[in-house]
Amino acid sequence: MHDSGEVNIPIGPQHPALKEPESFLITLRGEKITAVNIKIGYNHRGIEKACEERTYIQDLYLIERICGICSHSHSTCFAQAVEEIAALEVPVRALYIRSLIGELERIHSHLLWLGVAGHEIGFDTLLMYTWRDREVVMDLLALLTGNRVNYGINTIGGVRRDISEEQIKEVKGAMDILEERTKYYVDIAEGEATLSKRLSGVGVLSYDDALRLGAVGPTARASGVERDVRKDDPYAAYAELDFKVITDKHADVYGRTLVRLKELMESYKIVRQIIKDLPEGPIVIKAPRKIPAGEALSRYEAPRGEDAHYVLANGTERPERVKVRAPTLANIQAVTHMLKDRYLADMPIVIAAIDPCFSCADRLVSVDGPGLKRKKTMTWEALRLFGIEWHKKQGIDISSLNKKISRMIK
Amino acid sequence: MAKALFNILIFPGFLFLFVLGLAVEYLDRKLYAKFQNRIGPRWYQPAADFIKLLGKEDMVPQEADAAVFKLMPAFALAANITAFLYIPIWEKKSLFSFGGDVIVVLYLLTLPTLTYFLGGWYSRSVYAMLGAVRSLTQLFAYEVPLFTCILASALLANTWSLEGMALFYSAHPGYWLFNLTGFAVSLVSLLGKLEKVPFDIPEAETEIVAGSFTEYGGRFLAFFRMSMNIELTVGAGLLAAVFLPFGLDLAPAFVFSLFIIKVVFIIGAVSLVRSIMARLRLDQMINLCWKYFAPLAFLQVLINLLAKWVLIR
Repeated sequence: MHDSGEVNIPIGPQHPALKEPESFLITLRGEKITAVNIKIGYNHRGIEKACEERTYIQDLYLIERICGICSHSHSTCFAQAVEEIAALEVPVRALYIRSLIGELERIHSHLLWLGVAGHEIGFDTLLMYTWRDREVVMDLLALLTGNRVNYGINTIGGVRRDISEEQIKEVKGAMDILEERTKYYVDIAEGEATLSKRLSGVGVLSYDDALRLGAVGPTARASGVERDVRKDDPYAAYAELDFKVITDKHADVYGRTLVRLKELMESYKIVRQIIKDLPEGPIVIKAPRKIPAGEALSRYEAPRGEDAHYVLANGTERPERVKVRAPTLANIQAVTHMLKDRYLADMPIVIAAIDPCFSCADRLVSVDGPGLKRKKTMTWEALRLFGIEWHKKQGIDISSLNKKISRMIK
Repeated sequence: MAKALFNILIFPGFLFLFVLGLAVEYLDRKLYAKFQNRIGPRWYQPAADFIKLLGKEDMVPQEADAAVFKLMPAFALAANITAFLYIPIWEKKSLFSFGGDVIVVLYLLTLPTLTYFLGGWYSRSVYAMLGAVRSLTQLFAYEVPLFTCILASALLANTWSLEGMALFYSAHPGYWLFNLTGFAVSLVSLLGKLEKVPFDIPEAETEIVAGSFTEYGGRFLAFFRMSMNIELTVGAGLLAAVFLPFGLDLAPAFVFSLFIIKVVFIIGAVSLVRSIMARLRLDQMINLCWKYFAPLAFLQVLINLLAKWVLIR
């Protein structure tokens, strides 16, 4: 505690409000937040580097594991980039199936978000209800793809599994159940007093600020910004589908809740259209092992906002460079702005309202240029020695431990 | 002497309250689970939790004031158990009933909140200190409506003792219906005292981990939790005695069963409220208490004064 009456509260890296490790150092005066210091990078896994050492097909499965919620978004986005470089004409049926899985994923992600939001404001009943309903769509995904989380349905040049008539019937039934339940949640959101009290006027992000800070997805749309890759730059089957981009004028957490709820209704509409108009034909075309040299940027509207993948191919079977820009990275800038002069009690829900996925967002970016401190590059061996030295300074001598272990092994 | 010891240690003292506290926790958790479309715990789960916590290592943070840190759970438990001795259970009067026991019960029910504050404050962790400050801030908000409502009921009966109130309301059946506003307000204020949703601000998990209890574990936490269960029982018992004083002329066994039914009803109401609401913010909670509950409580006083003037004069 400082003399000025300000208290620093560490929210994270480990904290019940956060589902993934990330650090928010909050300065409080009484219950009011005066400053927020966000440090990201706790989930850096070196996936982009690992992609360069694997073939395109292997990368597809690695990329899918960037996120446990929007796994299909990442794999589709990557596949689209590679297909663009290789100039592959993906069959229409495959595009429809990709869109179908994408929308089902959006449904499960938004339902999950609604539950998490309920939990963050102490409304656990909402969490229990929405997660129960989420099981309906999870079972559906398992039925269609064989997996609940990492679907593994994409391949370069199409999809790996076809959809049968019986499965379409199941999808239809599930959509009816979910639509009815979602209507009930819309009623709750509009009618329950404590809920709207806790959400209205919290985490305000005006239209101008949303543009200035580069917000994407439901966060931007709740501020009135009509930004949706499905409409702006249609991919997969979205050009042929009829749906609305949901926006809202509330510009706060309440608006973000309404946007997501209404997007759920739109998703049910889209899924119904897809299963009605599903064209006949093949689901995959053969892709070459070696992708010709070239580069492509692919965009995809993930449940959390715009996901962008950049792929640079060099004519071999491995990419030269893969870059992922997940939606959370675009939205996290807005969080500091939203938390200014708010209460501590609003902090969890404001962070949750952008639907953060920190493991998606954590990439290493090194800025180099005139006037900036030059960054050093290290070889593996130098990095190892540095690590041993660093631990020695902390009082842990790994080198002697290493020797002991190797002696024991001998 | 032996009888007094029996009363304090076995019935209606420590052992009985201990079992009742566990039963109340089970009931609350099970109902909460049912409202949330879950299965909920088995009947022995609260006891199992308690025993498990007892078996854990006791840890006192290095920075904390060890004496206060260790003593506070015992203080909370003692205050709650003592308060229960003044609640009438099987007849119109409680064991140690005297003229003015309503005030003593209210006083003893305030003590636990103070122990949460001291325990949290002296654990010297930011989360615990924030939680401690929050519980004290909250105390000043809900205490006034709660006290006013309970004293309004006493005002109508023209007595400061629970026995006197029981006698009055038995002699004038139906008069307890005057106090319904006060009953509703005190029920919600009780949620604030028990730190349950929508007033679980002092231990808001997603903001300050566990508030005052962040650093507590093992035996100390077990006693704190037990004391909260007993606080819930005592609170429900007090509301039952003050606001639902009917059927007290029956045989002791029936009065006792009725007492349990009333407590179950109040706990059901508490569980229902906490499963259909979100947690409020501290400023919203204080606003709610001072803007709406306090005026309603004074309205109750007014109603009772008028009733007294018209009916009893």
